[in-house]
Amino acid sequence: MSYDIQTWIKVAAFSGGGMAMGFGAIGAAIGEGHTAACANAAISRNTKLSGDIFKAMLVGQAIAESSSIFALVIAMMLLFTKFPAHVLTVPVLFGAGLCMGLGAIGAGVGAGYPAGSCCTGMARQPAMSGRLSTNMLIGSAVCQTPAIFSLVVSFILLFTDFSKSPVSPTWAAILGAGIASGFGAIGSGLGGGLVAEASCDGISRQPETTTQVTNVMLLGQAVTQTTAIYALLVSFILMFKTFPATHLLAPPMALLSAGICMGIGAIGPAIGEGFAGQSAVAWIARNQKQVADLTRVMLVGQAVAESTGIYSLVIALILIFVV
Amino acid sequence: MADPITGADIVRAAAYIGAGISMGFGAIGPGVGEGITASKACEAIGKNPKEAGLLTRTMLVGQAVAESTGIYSLVIALLLLFVV
Repeated sequence: MSYDIQTWIKVAAFSGGGMAMGFGAIGAAIGEGHTAACANAAISRNTKLSGDIFKAMLVGQAIAESSSIFALVIAMMLLFTKFPAHVLTVPVLFGAGLCMGLGAIGAGVGAGYPAGSCCTGMARQPAMSGRLSTNMLIGSAVCQTPAIFSLVVSFILLFTDFSKSPVSPTWAAILGAGIASGFGAIGSGLGGGLVAEASCDGISRQPETTTQVTNVMLLGQAVTQTTAIYALLVSFILMFKTFPATHLLAPPMALLSAGICMGIGAIGPAIGEGFAGQSAVAWIARNQKQVADLTRVMLVGQAVAESTGIYSLVIALILIFVV
Repeated sequence: MADPITGADIVRAAAYIGAGISMGFGAIGPGVGEGITASKACEAIGKNPKEAGLLTRTMLVGQAVAESTGIYSLVIALLLLFVV
């Protein structure tokens, strides 16, 4: 079969662009739908506040939308940019699309949760509208960080010159980097959203606990972001380390496998840590005196849930550096 | 380009991919399960703060059991990388 390299670059660019926008549209749509549903329920409960709730809904949805806009930007770049005619451009385009598409899922869904509970909370406690909106903005912004990691990895992939690297293991390192940051962002976005949802809910039920609730929310969210950071670390190593050329099949497979291992391994711990943070924040709002105990148990529980993420990181690093 | 790929090479490549899949997918369940345990422990301590010690201990034991499948995944991944 004869083909020229431009054909394969086009194939990769179009399928990568399709994946970026296809996967990237899932999360934001679910998150915004959840926000709109909560806003409707809230307006029916407190019709007089419909203007404020409507505004909060739009702001929350705008944040949830941002991850999807990142995906749109990457998809447009893949469709309309002229890329260098090199074999490694093919995995670069494919990896960048996959990375941004998957990376937008968690952040979109996650940012929808706090926006929804902010609308519900405004109907319940109109006096706290200002604090609720602030808390929702902080919480949703943290949910976007994994999508931003994915965007960064996609951009680095698209703008790095790989033409001097050996084709054989580098193609797998590029794909692995995209897979790691793409899958790795799903859990962290979702987990951070669960924590932020509980904090908006808590502030609207017990306004006097606002400071503590926001602080513990940020602590809990920070822990949920750790696995996305491991995934980012693995992506950076895969993109920036130079690997010796090889004819064999095993070395590229080890690098691809490192990306799969870290990316998929990051999903579960982050969601679990999100559950732990959600409950801790909800109960700190209801039982303010127990803030020390609850924060401690949350952190211990999250640390245990983190362990499998760390195992994944270890296996990924062994695959890159040892075998 | 000559085809230098041998059977042993394919087997090693499969072992590496298997190790990554084993640890990657194997990490999902324990992470989520342990998170749910921690979530319920926080809830229980919120409702009944006097039993915080007992509840924390129960949470840790439960999580340790949930962790076991993650450790199996780790062991299988390490076996695939270094033994078989």
